[in-house]
Amino acid sequence: MNNQEIRGYIENAISENHVMLFMKGTPEEPRCGFSARTSAALNALGAQYAALDILPDPRIKQELVAVSGWPTSPQLFIDGKLVGGCDIVMEMYESGELAEALGVEQPDEEEMPTAPAAEAPESAPLGIENRLA
Amino acid sequence: MPTTEELRQRIEAGLPGASAQVQDLTGGGDHFRAEVVSDHFAGLSRIDQHKLVYDVFGDDVGGPIHALSIKTSTPEGDR
Repeated sequence: MNNQEIRGYIENAISENHVMLFMKGTPEEPRCGFSARTSAALNALGAQYAALDILPDPRIKQELVAVSGWPTSPQLFIDGKLVGGCDIVMEMYESGELAEALGVEQPDEEEMPTAPAAEAPESAPLGIENRLA
Repeated sequence: MPTTEELRQRIEAGLPGASAQVQDLTGGGDHFRAEVVSDHFAGLSRIDQHKLVYDVFGDDVGGPIHALSIKTSTPEGDR
């Protein structure tokens, strides 16, 4: 796969998935604390999302940064629009804006961990085949 | 290796009038957290506020600065 094909793949992933997370590792096995917290926030809300591991090839990150204009990972897109990285997603999770953006119900206050632990989701999130590997 | 003081100075130089507090999260000189208060953020979405801070560092974020966690606010205290 050349860089242009990788970029096309990334752009398709963003436009075809309502909720698209680019992360280091996978939701089941995150390879970075920031990615772990971001996917854990989505899991805590029971969101269906697609996730793509950027680590298998350094060109994935290069092209993602070029597409989004955002320098770090993870990156969360909702409806084709960059929402942010770990800090913004966590702020939005705590304020209820993330649930709103995802169109899901915010859990009750007492059930909602303030900083969700990076646990494996009960049901596997919608997977995306990583053809970039 | 970048220092918290260097990051603070670069943010305050790049965003005139801003005040920044920078922590080294791991002590390793590559994972930082910056809390930045600036008028420049008024009226901007969070993502655009954070981009302003990332833009100060250009390619250094993702390079020597492996991770930069950001919290932004305006002097009035709203986002």
